[in-house]
Amino acid sequence: MFRSVGIRNLFLAPFCIWAGVFIFVPLIFIAWYGVTNADGNFSLENLEMIFQTEFFRSLEVSVILALVSTIVCLILAYPLCLILVERAKSAGLIITLLFVLPLWMNTLLSTMAWQTILEKNGILNQLLRFFSLPDFTLINTSAAVVIGMIYNYLPYMVLPLYVALSKIDLSVIEAAKDLGASTWKTFYKIILPLSLPGAISGVTMVFIPALTTFAISALLGGGKLLLIGNVIEQEFTFEYDWHLGSALSIVLMIFIVVNMIITLAFDNSHEETSD
Amino acid sequence: MAKLKTIYLAIIFLFLYAPIGVLIAQSFNESRYRGNWTGFTLKWYESLFENEDILNALSNTISIGFFSALIATIFALITCLALREVGKKWRAMFMSAANVPILNADIVTGISLMLLFLGLGMKLGYGSILLAHVVFNVPYVMLCIMPQLIALDKSFYEAALDLGASPFKAFTSVVLPELRPSIFAGFLLAFTMSADDFIITYFTRGAGVDTLPTAIYSQLKLGIHPEMYALSTLVFFTILIFVILFAMNRKKI
Repeated sequence: MFRSVGIRNLFLAPFCIWAGVFIFVPLIFIAWYGVTNADGNFSLENLEMIFQTEFFRSLEVSVILALVSTIVCLILAYPLCLILVERAKSAGLIITLLFVLPLWMNTLLSTMAWQTILEKNGILNQLLRFFSLPDFTLINTSAAVVIGMIYNYLPYMVLPLYVALSKIDLSVIEAAKDLGASTWKTFYKIILPLSLPGAISGVTMVFIPALTTFAISALLGGGKLLLIGNVIEQEFTFEYDWHLGSALSIVLMIFIVVNMIITLAFDNSHEETSD
Repeated sequence: MAKLKTIYLAIIFLFLYAPIGVLIAQSFNESRYRGNWTGFTLKWYESLFENEDILNALSNTISIGFFSALIATIFALITCLALREVGKKWRAMFMSAANVPILNADIVTGISLMLLFLGLGMKLGYGSILLAHVVFNVPYVMLCIMPQLIALDKSFYEAALDLGASPFKAFTSVVLPELRPSIFAGFLLAFTMSADDFIITYFTRGAGVDTLPTAIYSQLKLGIHPEMYALSTLVFFTILIFVILFAMNRKKI
């Protein structure tokens, strides 16, 4: 589309400068802060701090809660998307859009609303009391944080999964059934492999934000449950220890890179089989 | 089986909309404390338009959303045009580099940009938020434009050139109209991402400058101003109407 390579490169140049300044230099800043101490000398003490019990505990809890939320989202989203794909034929897009619409509600406000629902004299307990059932107080527990995560990130699982499922050729599923496969076998042998790329991007889109959130745990965990995101936020806004905060961010980035590699590996193997 | 499916949809629907229902109810609640219903009122909707903090945060959210989406769209379009003409491998490499800010955790992107801005001696404020939003919006727009641009048939553009159009004229009258849907989708996605972003804004903002999400966060400790519930109720119904109109139009086509 360009008359010469020179003109093309002229169009590409702003991005190269941009990517250098705003994508790579910031990461170098984090890496630099992470491996230096307050005097500006090279030191690995901040990175070693992570193995201190309290930080390691935060990291452990974050990984567990993020994994649980991701798995629950996946389990909830599969049947939901299958039903939505089926219904979309008669009801149109609107029904699917309704399940993604909560994304546009502010995360913090809807998490706050969960506080109102789950707290001691909250809506859930008032309902339970109305039916003379025992109280069930979830607020300030890790279960409440998981509910908050599932609530906020479920649409991110639904979107890619729905797209992947709606692309499956229905005649393939019918063929499997005609050939005598049970519903479960059709799911396991046909639907699951064909929708796997969607499921994997859904897992990434839920796991990473769930692993690194600090607002949801602050609101529903009652300040007692410190996730790795809360620790990093505190280091930057209260403790002013940027070196430790950066070191913890580097650890988070390791998780993200591992996640990306797994995703890419799945992507490649899928492309090989589909080509 | 069909009944079971409907029940399942209803349960998830209830789960997703219960908090939204609570927020909407809250906006009509006489009491300013949440979870304590004292009666119906519209007073928060009236005082919303006198609450300068919220109106300021709203105008910041809208202007940062609009300008960051606009800059990101122009920038992404220029880059995608160039990337169309490089090899497949290089294109994939550039795209992954561009995606780093959105693949990375928001908290890491936010902190790294804050360190950069402070390292460059920039004052944190409106400008730094805008710049940070452009950073994470560029890849979203590129992801929207790139596929359609690659699928675009180059021969129309070349035909226009052969017929004597200048490259600029050929671009604006042949390529641009073809790309309009994806440019529009990219802009809209960028605006949404910007308006909803909390974490990156939180780290790159300066004292005294708030967008709606950061304003909400700072109110959380002392109790949310009920006007905020009124505002989000209005926003929610506006979007709901747009979505319904969109879905109805799609059905007709």
